[in-house]
Amino acid sequence: MLSYIIRRLAEMVPLLVGISILVFLLVHLSPGDPVRMLLGEDATEEDVANLNRIYGFDRPLHEQYFRWAKNMLRGDFGTSIRQGVPVSQLVFQRIPATLELAFVSVLIAVILGIPLGIFAAVKRGTIWDYISMIAALIGVSMPSFWLGLLLLSRIALHVDFLPMFGRDGSVFGGLWILLTKWDGSVLLDGVRHIILPALSIGISMMAIIARLTRSSLLEILGNDYIRTAHAKGLARYVVIFKHALRNALLPIITIVGIQFGAMLGGAIVTETVFAWPGLGRLIINAISQRDFPIIQGGVLMMAVIFTTVNLLVDISYALVNPRIRYD
Amino acid sequence: MKKILKNPSALTGLIIISALLLVAIFADYLTPHDPYDIDIWVSYTAPEGIKGTYILGTDDMGRDLLSRIIMGSRVSLLVASVATGLSLVLGVLFGSIAGYCGGLVDTVIMRLMDLILAFPSVLLAIAIVASLGPGVVNAMFAISIVRIPAMARVTRSMVLGLKEEEFVMAGQALGFRSSRILFRHILINCFAPIMVIATMNMGTAIVVEATLSFLGLGAQPPIISWGRMLALGREAIRSAPYITLYPGLAIVITVLGFNLLGDGLRDIYDPQLRGR
Repeated sequence: MLSYIIRRLAEMVPLLVGISILVFLLVHLSPGDPVRMLLGEDATEEDVANLNRIYGFDRPLHEQYFRWAKNMLRGDFGTSIRQGVPVSQLVFQRIPATLELAFVSVLIAVILGIPLGIFAAVKRGTIWDYISMIAALIGVSMPSFWLGLLLLSRIALHVDFLPMFGRDGSVFGGLWILLTKWDGSVLLDGVRHIILPALSIGISMMAIIARLTRSSLLEILGNDYIRTAHAKGLARYVVIFKHALRNALLPIITIVGIQFGAMLGGAIVTETVFAWPGLGRLIINAISQRDFPIIQGGVLMMAVIFTTVNLLVDISYALVNPRIRYD
Repeated sequence: MKKILKNPSALTGLIIISALLLVAIFADYLTPHDPYDIDIWVSYTAPEGIKGTYILGTDDMGRDLLSRIIMGSRVSLLVASVATGLSLVLGVLFGSIAGYCGGLVDTVIMRLMDLILAFPSVLLAIAIVASLGPGVVNAMFAISIVRIPAMARVTRSMVLGLKEEEFVMAGQALGFRSSRILFRHILINCFAPIMVIATMNMGTAIVVEATLSFLGLGAQPPIISWGRMLALGREAIRSAPYITLYPGLAIVITVLGFNLLGDGLRDIYDPQLRGR
C-alpha cells in the first residue's frame, strides 16, 4: 500500500508542474496588455514600460514563469491589482467556505441519493421505479445554477428561515461551538445559509448517485448468493441491506469521490448565484475586474485542491479494493 | 434506426431533439413577436398564458420572452454542436493515435489529457474564455477543449482492444499503411461508443455554454442566449421570478433530450451497461 501511495504522490509532481504552466500561460498569452488596461488609454509609453518593469513583464516568458513558480512555492501569489492585498490572503480566506459548501452538498446528495436508488431498485419495473428514475434523469439534466435561481425565487423569497444570500458563520465551526460551549446559534445560522446553495449543487449529484445505486444494486440482486439468502428464509430487508447493499456500495463510493471534485466546479457558479464568499466567487469577480493575479492564484489553488481530492479518493479506493494496488 | 425507434428512451430523446432542431431552424417564422423589439411600456409583463399577447411574459425591456427563448435555441444548439464536433474530431484523433502508436506518443498525449482533467471542467472553460475574451467563438473553443479528454480516453481504450484483432493483423500483413488501418479499419468499429459519448457531450456542452453566458463570458448582446437571459432574470428575481423559470426549462428539456438519446444509444450498443 505504501508503495502505491508513493507512486501516486510521485505522479502528482509532473501534473502540478503542468497545471502551473497551463495557468501561467492562460493569463500571459491572453490578448490585450494588462498593464495598459490597468493604467488606462491615456497612459504614456514611459508609464507602461515602467510598470511592465515593476511587474517583470519585460523579461522573457520562461524567466517570468520560473520567478512566478518560485514565488508560488513560497506561498507568495502576488498582489491583487485592484485591491492591493496579497492574493494568498484572499485565496486562503475563501477556501474553507468553498470546501464546506462542496462537503455539505455531497452529504445531501448521499443522504437523498442512496435511499432513492434503493427504493427504485426494490420497486423495479413498477411505476415508482419509473418516476424515481425520470426524476433522477431530470436532476442530472438540470444546471445547478438554474436550480439555485429557482430555489431563490420559489423558496428563499417566501421562507424567512432560509436567507437569499451570503454566509453567516461556518457550519463546522458552529458544530464545534455547540459541542464545546453548548451554544447552537452559530450552527443554526450556518445551516440556514448553506441549505439552499448546497441543495442546488447536491441535487444533480443526488440524481447520479440514485441512478448508480439502482443499477449497482440490481446487478447484485441478480447474483446466486442473493437467491440463496432468500431461500434461507431471510427477511427481505436483511437481504437487501446486509447482503446486497454492502457489495453495491463500492462503485457508489468511487462516484461520490469523483463527484466531490466535480462539486468544486459546480460551486463556482452557484457561489455567484448565492453570493457565497468562496473561491469560485472570488475568481468570477476577479475575471470581471480583469484582476489577473487573483485569477491565476485562484484557478491554480482550485486545480490543486481538485487534484488533491482526486488523489485522496484514489488512495482510499485502493484501501478498500486491493486489486487497484497491484494494477 | 429501427433499434432506436424500439427503445423508448432513445425515441423520446430523438423526438425532443428533432423538435428543438426544427424550432431553431424555423425560429424566424415561429416567434410570435420580434425578439429584439424593445417596448418599455410593457416591461415585466407577467405571463399571460396561451391566449394572451405575451404568452411567457416580457423582460426588463419589454421584449417577448417566448420569442427570445425560441431564438435562443439557435445559439445553444450551434455552440454545443460545433464544440462537440471539434472535441469529437480532436479527441478521436488524439485517442486513436495514442492507442495505436503506444509508447512515448501514448504517454505524452494521455498526460496532456490528464492535465486538462486536472481542472474542474467548468473552471477550465471559464479560465480559457476569461483569457481569450468573452464571445461565442471563444466559448465554443473552450467547451471543446474541456471535452476532448473524455473522447480521447474512450477512443484510446477501444483502439487498444481492436488493434490486437485479426483483421488488423491481416491488414498489417498485407502491407497497408498504419494510417489506413487506423482510420479505415479500426475507427469504423469504434463508431458506436464514440457516438454515445458525443451525444452525452452535447448535453454537457449546452450546460457549460449556458453557464458561460450566465457569467457574461459567452454570447454577448445582441445575440440571444438562454444563459444570458437567466443572468438578466436574476437581477429581477424578486419582482419577476418567471424570467428565470422558462429559459432554464428550455435548457433542462434540451439537455434531457440528449441524455435520453445517449442513454438509449448506450443500451442499444452496449446491452451490458443497460440500466446504468
